[in-house]
Amino acid sequence: MASPRLFRPASRLLSSRLASTPLRPAFAQSACAQSVLRARGYASESGVKEVTVRDALNEALAEELEANQKTFILGEEVAQYNGAYKVTRGLLDRFGPKRVIDTPITEAGFCGIAVGAALAGLHPICEFMTFNFAMQAIDHIINSAAKTHYMSGGIQPCNVTFRGPNGFAAGVAAQHSQDYSAWYGSIPGLKVVSPWSSEDAKGLLKAAIRDPNPVVVLENELLYGQAFPMSEAAQKSDFVLPIGKAKIERPGKDLTIVTLSRCVGQSLTAAAELKQKYGVDAEVINLRSIKPLDVETIIASLKKTGRLMVVESGYPMFGVSSEIMALAMEYGFDYLTAPAVRVTGAEVPTPYAHGLENMSFPQEDTIVGQAAKLLRV
Amino acid sequence: MLFRTAARQAAPLRRQAFAPITRRSVTTDAASAHAENIPEEDDKPFTVRLSDESFETYELDPPPYTLETTKKELKQMYHDMVSVRRMEMAADRLYKEKKIRGFCHLSTGQEAVAVGIEHAINRKDKVITSYRCHGFALMRGGTVKSIIGELLGRREGIAYGKGGSMHMFAENFYGGNGIVGAQVPVGAGLAFAQQYNEEPNTSIVLYGDGASNQGQVFEAFNMAKLWNLPALFGCENNKYGMGTSAARSSALTEYYKRGQYIPGLKVNAMDVLATKAAVQYGKEYAISGKGPLVFEYVTYRYGGHSMSDPGTTYRSREEIQRMRSTNDPIAGLKKKMIEWGVTSEEEIKAIDKAARAYVDAEVAEAEAMAVPENNSRILFEDIYVRGSEPKWMRGRTVDETFYY
Repeated sequence: MASPRLFRPASRLLSSRLASTPLRPAFAQSACAQSVLRARGYASESGVKEVTVRDALNEALAEELEANQKTFILGEEVAQYNGAYKVTRGLLDRFGPKRVIDTPITEAGFCGIAVGAALAGLHPICEFMTFNFAMQAIDHIINSAAKTHYMSGGIQPCNVTFRGPNGFAAGVAAQHSQDYSAWYGSIPGLKVVSPWSSEDAKGLLKAAIRDPNPVVVLENELLYGQAFPMSEAAQKSDFVLPIGKAKIERPGKDLTIVTLSRCVGQSLTAAAELKQKYGVDAEVINLRSIKPLDVETIIASLKKTGRLMVVESGYPMFGVSSEIMALAMEYGFDYLTAPAVRVTGAEVPTPYAHGLENMSFPQEDTIVGQAAKLLRV
Repeated sequence: MLFRTAARQAAPLRRQAFAPITRRSVTTDAASAHAENIPEEDDKPFTVRLSDESFETYELDPPPYTLETTKKELKQMYHDMVSVRRMEMAADRLYKEKKIRGFCHLSTGQEAVAVGIEHAINRKDKVITSYRCHGFALMRGGTVKSIIGELLGRREGIAYGKGGSMHMFAENFYGGNGIVGAQVPVGAGLAFAQQYNEEPNTSIVLYGDGASNQGQVFEAFNMAKLWNLPALFGCENNKYGMGTSAARSSALTEYYKRGQYIPGLKVNAMDVLATKAAVQYGKEYAISGKGPLVFEYVTYRYGGHSMSDPGTTYRSREEIQRMRSTNDPIAGLKKKMIEWGVTSEEEIKAIDKAARAYVDAEVAEAEAMAVPENNSRILFEDIYVRGSEPKWMRGRTVDETFYY
């Protein structure tokens, strides 16, 4: 569960409902109880609702399981326990043990089984309790899933979705705090998405499940309990976001901030502060997809602002920001009026101690400070 | 020796009532079956009695020691084994002529496994195997032309020249996997899908004695048994994982017992008839809802692990020679067919000739295939399912970026 101390002002503005879900015994609810509906926030006048990322993901899973019999979800604790992070809450009650499957703690094995089932024509959703554990299974994600379609000359598709929380959480130290965006983003044959808001989460997860290729959905544990407004359109079961398309979360003319996942929220707060303190308008681009990467949107923004800053919480070396800066040089060099900069996680195995952990990842003041330096304000 | 005793004791020792009192291993005699009163008609069934040393079981009733077959089927099996061997020999030649690149693992000597399995299952059953996959690809419906074409990297290859020796796919044949042991959980996934779809079929999941020590093999065993998946795991024990003999790699070399809680069956897989009988039995077992089995196909590879391995540094030439001359699966079946009067010597020569001529003609056609064009459309096709590709993929430089 996310701890309140890690939520920054931006998230508080978004009326974060820290859903501390009480653990409940399995099968406690009747089959008709749809947790999705219960967990939703109240509707505002415009039809916009406050929905947590957790519930948005749950809704996406429920809708896709409902829509397609070939879809099933497997992973550790997804069924009776209702998900280690409660993302799959209520799904066992609703869809039964055939389609919501608890696995033993054997990532390589159950990931391989998911891939095999996908090769045989099913559409599995393979949950990793966190992507840190998926390293045990990365061979199947890459060698068995991502490469088979190409190796078979296009005769063997593999419609599988890998999902789970990625990146650091609160106080869980080095082995549980890594960001794998760059790892999966570098593999041809995979698609990789990284949602920030509830709309992102629902739309991208649904797109991932429907996409005929292997897709990696990198969620963020610290966002699960955070509530975001969800438009009326996004509340419908036909809501899907295109993979490969970024979203401009905040338009601006002075600086382009390209960011993803939880750093989108931090960057928005930083942008507000930049406006307030220095009167500059930063454009914040939420990547949404890591692969394919929406280079067009980035370059179009760069053309407008002339300045680029990339914000992410992964390791700095050979990372998402490195790639975006290289692309900016290749496609947008002439538009740059200053060298592009990046704010990333520090090059250090994540420490446990709170203060040191804060030093390891971008904070709003880090972002504001770098932006101010870049803009010379 | 101490180690070996300890390992045996570690395995559950519940003996079946019918088990012989003294331990013995299965024979590797390829010509150990018996049959008499062979009917005249080509497709009239008759019974073959298998050697009582064909199987060894672990927590399992043995398969029947008889096999219903027909003259036609025996001839087809013979034809298939000759074809696989002839094709592998062609691959060997083409590799030595430097026309085949990279890795090339031949199954010469192990033909009875691929052929025996295929004759025991139907086209809706699924097969997945390791990188030593040419024979299986052929048995699953690939043509010699498409397989050799693939080895030559041609567009008409079975995987359009994209997969090569280790990555061949066909309907209900899922490769060909270059990662040792990775096909085992994937294969369990195939069986999972069969169970999910309530299909009355099984998945044959093959791996070598080398791969049998991979952790993920045991992970797959665990879930397959837990969920009673209709998977027939099968260790093709050709005695050597690359150059490391089974005894030097495995604490328990009785691979059919390594499922622990999964019943096992060791099969004389130099004998195509025993192989067929075992797999037929295993399939019935699996689809009746009893769950998986762990097979051990006792076999032998005549050549090296791959083309770069002469195969003689870790075993004696005498050993290879002995297996070749006395236990060969093709010679064994041939001997029996003549002995039983299934075919005359002339007829079998004619089958030989026809199979060879067919393979040679297909190989020649493959060799005559045009070298594929080197263009980016071909290079970048099929990374993603058509119609779902990203807008573009990068080439070596920005200029080489390919737009779909």
